[in-house]
Amino acid sequence: MTNMKEIKEVPDIDRNLWLPGNATCAGCGLDLSLRWALKALGPRTVLVTPASCLNVVIGVWPKAAPDFPFINMVFAGGAAAATGIYHGLKARGIEDVNVMTYAGDGGTTDIGIQGLSGAAERGTNIIYVCYDNEAYMNTGIQRSSSTPLGAITTTTYFGKQEHKKNLPAIMAAHNIPYVATASVADPLDLYDKFKKAKDIKGLKYIHIYAPCPPGWKIDSERSIEVAKKAITSGMWILYEVENGVFRLTGKSKRYIDPKKRKPIKDYLTIQGRFRKLTDDDFKELEKYRDSLWRQVNKELSFQELEEK
Amino acid sequence: MSEFEGKRLVKGNFAASYAARAANVQVVTAFPITPQTLVVEKISELVDSGKMNCEFVRMESEHSVMAGLIGASYAGARTFSATSGQGLLYMAEPVHWAAGTRLPIVMTIASRGIAPPWNIWADFSDIVTQRDSGWLMALLSGHQEIYDSVLMAYKISENPDVMLPYMLAYGGFILSHTSKPIHMPKQSLIDEFLPKIPKLGWDHVFLDPDRPIMHGNLIMPNTTPGYQEFRMKIQLAQLKAKPIIREVAKEFKETFGRDYGNGMVQEYKCKDAEFIMINCGILAKQMENVVDFMRSLGHKVGMLRLRTYRPFPTEDIIDAVKHAKIIGVVDRATAFGSPTGGPISSETMAALHNDPQTKDLRVIPFINGIGGRDVVTQQQKRQFEILMECYDKGELVKNEELMSTTYWTGAMGVK
Repeated sequence: MTNMKEIKEVPDIDRNLWLPGNATCAGCGLDLSLRWALKALGPRTVLVTPASCLNVVIGVWPKAAPDFPFINMVFAGGAAAATGIYHGLKARGIEDVNVMTYAGDGGTTDIGIQGLSGAAERGTNIIYVCYDNEAYMNTGIQRSSSTPLGAITTTTYFGKQEHKKNLPAIMAAHNIPYVATASVADPLDLYDKFKKAKDIKGLKYIHIYAPCPPGWKIDSERSIEVAKKAITSGMWILYEVENGVFRLTGKSKRYIDPKKRKPIKDYLTIQGRFRKLTDDDFKELEKYRDSLWRQVNKELSFQELEEK
Repeated sequence: MSEFEGKRLVKGNFAASYAARAANVQVVTAFPITPQTLVVEKISELVDSGKMNCEFVRMESEHSVMAGLIGASYAGARTFSATSGQGLLYMAEPVHWAAGTRLPIVMTIASRGIAPPWNIWADFSDIVTQRDSGWLMALLSGHQEIYDSVLMAYKISENPDVMLPYMLAYGGFILSHTSKPIHMPKQSLIDEFLPKIPKLGWDHVFLDPDRPIMHGNLIMPNTTPGYQEFRMKIQLAQLKAKPIIREVAKEFKETFGRDYGNGMVQEYKCKDAEFIMINCGILAKQMENVVDFMRSLGHKVGMLRLRTYRPFPTEDIIDAVKHAKIIGVVDRATAFGSPTGGPISSETMAALHNDPQTKDLRVIPFINGIGGRDVVTQQQKRQFEILMECYDKGELVKNEELMSTTYWTGAMGVK
């Protein structure tokens, strides 16, 4: 893993391909994630984004925040358009360009899942990123299938009744060469994952935890704090599945030990969107968190058995 | 001689596949739907056997087919796909995006009726749903025309003054699954006829890290030039396409010897005709025989085949029918709630009304062959007779097929 000292010595690390002064809100997770992703991928990157906040924050025409080729695309077309770009460039003999889709959780876990699944099954050589702010933020905070239980959105007035869809697990079930989760609270881990994805052939899926201050009803300056607490409480787990091998990564490694995990209340109560949680909800979310870790343990112990 | 040159017996769908190959398409994305399937099956076979050099992507839906083609075309590749009916409806959103981005994608449509109830037979109602998307559209009448039109489409679409995608529609099964001999020209002639694919991508959009651009951003309503001007430019390109379509049809005839009228419309004995029927697709071809028969009886009839549907051949129609006593317009499609119920008849009436030469010309709308229902020459003869009777009486002839002001040939009356 790249450490702070090393990252400072990376050539061009100060160059932003995703320019400052774009229209993201203060504390936007998407903004941070994209900046770091592009530092890892470099300028030979083409990006397509389906309907999402990213369509807007790039700047209203003729302003432009991306300093690299960037196209907007229909909501459900993120993965398919990237597929076409990859094959179009390949047909023209251009194969040294990273083709990436950068979609929100709505564009990934809901309306875009079919196209993503198709591209994954075909093994298309693209990077697909879901920046997960856990609701349709661009349209005004409506629930998505990635919204966690209990979160208030403009379409779940008393809090969402269902759990979050586990899309990274669904993507891992596609047997693609690389699936990773990441978080803006661990930028070096995020950077490393994009570095790795860049050199892998096939569909690479990276799911990034990306806080949304206005959507989550948190102060902008607490964006990273919330993202950190998601990790320390064990509600968000950083891992990668490389050619079927599961590995905990970054700041999540130590939380394999349940005793080290902080109470989920620390994470939930600092966010306005969870203000209507009942005691039962807390218990339910704790169970959910534990079930995620049970899956992690299962994966790890299976691998241990196989190694023996 | 290569298997791709000279005379060959092919299904209509295969004519589309062979033409895509001849046009050196670089990316094909596809999803199967009846009756389009054979187009992409053949391309798959050609690509897998090394006889066609292109990227062929088997998509998981039509929506992804078009989103994929858009991506490939953004990247500067020559692209092709094919679909039908429901598939076209499912891809509607990216269909509009393709025109908005001004990408010269070519797609053949084996047209079929829209469900429910399920229908897989010839009916142009599918492309009518995308009529106003900005795509150029042609309604084809034969196997050879399918092949030839794909070649012409790339030349028209990739013209810098046009840069619009092209839909080429022909009736499902009647053309898609029947076999007829077609002539495939020498590849060298085709290569000479077609425009060169630009080395660095299209002039207006490209995905080149050395020349980064952003495309498709949000744009505020009062930014000028802005959204409204971009939309105006699509209409302007449609208008500019008219002379280019005529020019390409002419050049095609000079190069390959095959005649598609002026590209916009094709006249059949219209010059001295008093009664002219506007028709399209394979039924127009069939109607040529009826015109001959009616002429043998002494009736001065003619038929105008509407070949280009978008841009609408307003001037070409006016020019071809202005001397007629009365005209009929036959639709093989529905446009529910429109003035006549038929898309081409409604539009023809509007087009004629605005020109002093034709503003008083009576138009009798017919709708037939919906969902592939048979239309035989006897019925087409009857359509001419109705047209002449309407003229003689100065009013619509009442019969079971007449609903409001439109004759639904071959249909039972409904209540």
